[in-house]
Amino acid sequence: MTTKTISRRNFIKLSGMTGTALTLGIGFSALGKDSPVLTAALAEAQNIELNAWISIDTAGTVTIINHRAEMGQGSFQAVPQIIAEELEVDLNQVKIVFAQGSQTKYGSQITGGSSTVRGSYKRLLRLAASAREMLLEAASRKWNVARTELVAENGQVIQITTGEAISYGDLVADAAKLQPPKEVKLKSPRDYKVLRKPMPRQDIPMKTNGQAVFGIDKKIPGMLYAVVERNPRFLGKLKSFDDSAAKAMPGVKHILPVKMRVFSHDREGVAVVADSLWAALQARKALKVEWDDTAFPHHSSEQLYAQMREDVKNKPGLSFRTKGDFKRAFETSAKKLEAIYETPYEAHACMEPLNCIAHFQNNKLEIWGPIQGPDWVQADVADLMGLKPEDVTVNMTFLGGGFGRKAFLDYPHEAAVISKAIQAPVQVFWTREDDMTQGPFRPGMIYQCRGGLSEQGRLQAFETRMAGQNMDHQNPGADKMAYNSNVTEGFLETYLNSMPHYSFSDIPLESPIPVMWWRSVYSSTNGFAFESFLDELAHAAGTDPLAFRRNYFWDARYHELANRLEEVSGWKNRKPNEGWGVAITECFSSIVGEVVKVSRKPDGKIKIDKVWAVMDCGWYVNPDTIRAQVEGSIIMALAAATKHEVTFKEGKAVERNFDSYKMLRITDSPEIEVHVVDNEEKAGGVGEPGLPPFTPALTNAIFDLTGKRIRKLPFALEEV
Amino acid sequence: MASISFTVNARPHTVDVDPKMPLLWVIRDVIGLTGTKYGCGIAQCGACTVHLNGVPVRACSLPVTAAANKAIVTIEGLSADNSHPVQQAWIEEQVPQCGYCQSGQIMAATSLLKRNANPTDSDIDAAMQGHVCRCGTYPRIRKAIKLAAQKMKNPTSKS
Repeated sequence: MTTKTISRRNFIKLSGMTGTALTLGIGFSALGKDSPVLTAALAEAQNIELNAWISIDTAGTVTIINHRAEMGQGSFQAVPQIIAEELEVDLNQVKIVFAQGSQTKYGSQITGGSSTVRGSYKRLLRLAASAREMLLEAASRKWNVARTELVAENGQVIQITTGEAISYGDLVADAAKLQPPKEVKLKSPRDYKVLRKPMPRQDIPMKTNGQAVFGIDKKIPGMLYAVVERNPRFLGKLKSFDDSAAKAMPGVKHILPVKMRVFSHDREGVAVVADSLWAALQARKALKVEWDDTAFPHHSSEQLYAQMREDVKNKPGLSFRTKGDFKRAFETSAKKLEAIYETPYEAHACMEPLNCIAHFQNNKLEIWGPIQGPDWVQADVADLMGLKPEDVTVNMTFLGGGFGRKAFLDYPHEAAVISKAIQAPVQVFWTREDDMTQGPFRPGMIYQCRGGLSEQGRLQAFETRMAGQNMDHQNPGADKMAYNSNVTEGFLETYLNSMPHYSFSDIPLESPIPVMWWRSVYSSTNGFAFESFLDELAHAAGTDPLAFRRNYFWDARYHELANRLEEVSGWKNRKPNEGWGVAITECFSSIVGEVVKVSRKPDGKIKIDKVWAVMDCGWYVNPDTIRAQVEGSIIMALAAATKHEVTFKEGKAVERNFDSYKMLRITDSPEIEVHVVDNEEKAGGVGEPGLPPFTPALTNAIFDLTGKRIRKLPFALEEV
Repeated sequence: MASISFTVNARPHTVDVDPKMPLLWVIRDVIGLTGTKYGCGIAQCGACTVHLNGVPVRACSLPVTAAANKAIVTIEGLSADNSHPVQQAWIEEQVPQCGYCQSGQIMAATSLLKRNANPTDSDIDAAMQGHVCRCGTYPRIRKAIKLAAQKMKNPTSKS
């Protein structure tokens, strides 16, 4: 199997739209919502550029497009695995090609919200089955044998009675002339040969011998290297700079002021462009830059959190999702509880820091880089650069981590601005310090939760007031009186359904600090507040925390998940001197329950003995990818709970590298056991939903062991 | 500028570079082998690990002069066809996710297994704690090192 990004011209050659190959795509926006399967001929007749998702040439070689980014989560495997099932081809024989960015061509490509599989699987199954049926039909005509006498298998059509076989390659010329079937029958999951199997990921061998090309590894002819000294304060301007010493250094080609868009503002800096990265890095040190930081507040973490603490007490905020009469129900409750939870700002800290190559020439722009949303980059960078989207070509490389950060447009925009100014191809490289201090960050949050229990210990009134920077309010022209319905992600909907009185309000904090999605987004912190508070309520009600949750489950899926979690973790056999905690959250259409068991080591310090996770993501592709994603989500959550945070002083991020932003290491990595629920529900997300329940399960376990309730993150496990 | 000679994956090279330039950038940008990665630049994450005369070093923090007349092995030198038992174990256990840190992880694991054919969990902790993986592949790294140890004794070992 090979991978490369190919230009449209090559693509036409490769996929042979000349009629000698079978090339199928999906029609998107131009054709409305039903996104029909298209052949090359149909696309041409309707003047649509075919996206050629599946292409089989006369040699029988199958090329499959992956329209989403591969940042570790497994899209590189998942998209072909879905197609191979209905197409009846050997997954190891297919070529996988990254798509370029184009929403009109591929539909949404943003690799976020754990959406790759759940957003595309039905379409991809239908597309692959259509190709298979066209090949079967071509064979039926060629042999003059009824369709019912034929099966497709392993890249061939076979006559059931005689065993005679013909390869797909020998059928493509005829199949390409056929119309795609109006309807296709999809396999029952019981008959899957490829799907739901732990098929080895095809990108892995490239990642064990140094061959995988990440953005940072990409080189194009004549490419120069740039590093940018950016204002460390987020809304700061460039006042002046002295580049006399830097300019005289070997290899330096250009030094220029540069602006790039960050939400509604420009981030300002000075770019140093040289013939090698090392030369650019050395020359940047010799720059003398003066910033103008007069027009905005210089916040510190202490100020921000003091403000949020006051806000949750006193400000009404934006109210939404209210049911019944919380205030009255709370006041008349037999038992009242109130708790405040605090979560820190975080950096994404992808192992591959930001970087991007841009080549601007003749009013056209080509970009190569580790990019989560190539279609967004195409549309928005075109807009910022005054180009038409079709004049911007965006090529994806492998991403060395993304977690939300690489869905942002600042770094491709900056590369484009520099390339345009110097009229040469350039790679902009961000050092770890550049990457860590500029944001956007996961916003710090404070939650005030209040709950009222009835005489019988039933939760009858629930309120959450959350303060923190609102991600949507940063956009140009944002309505700051509008709430964002995603803000309640991670609050278990099933509980809310069964609660007579609840109320949420969001109290946006104003600050120049840019904030952005971080793996599992709102749920990454909402889950901590909500599932911690439920545990507090369960204890106040004198009920087992898992049994307490069961009282509010609205549908059978949750009961099944809880039963499975109870069984695999041995929840019923808990022993004294052990701490057990549970949490269940739902986000991106998947439900995950986790149990954490902790105990004290002989030196009295707490250790995590084991973590059990049960993931219900409905229809799924690859159970081993799911296990890997849940393991990784748990470890990322543990890091954010116990190791690192971003703090601010005088308007600047304090943590600059891994010596102060302490990453989780193998020594802190617990034993994790992941179970995947088998059902026929709609596909849910896989890359993120394993993250939110971990931290509350851990702190609930610590409470169970020690009686100490942890309400502020991060905390040091060894100091509990 | 200084002229410095060494071997990379058994091939002799002479480079004419700033003597302060870290070995990492010489390997990546002068020699053109990009399997070795930049992660932090301050020897905190291990993504840049290569072997220098058989010893794992952080190429981001080692000036190129320290490599003069020495033998460097990078991930590309371990084997291009993934035939090294550590690479095989990494594939069998499906360790990498994004994969960015894995060259460094594999170079560290290879070095550990050269010194210690039967590493315990605490040996693995000691050898691997300088290597950061943001995707959280640590449980699989631990399994893969144990499998690689088996494979080095008996190449047909499976997980």
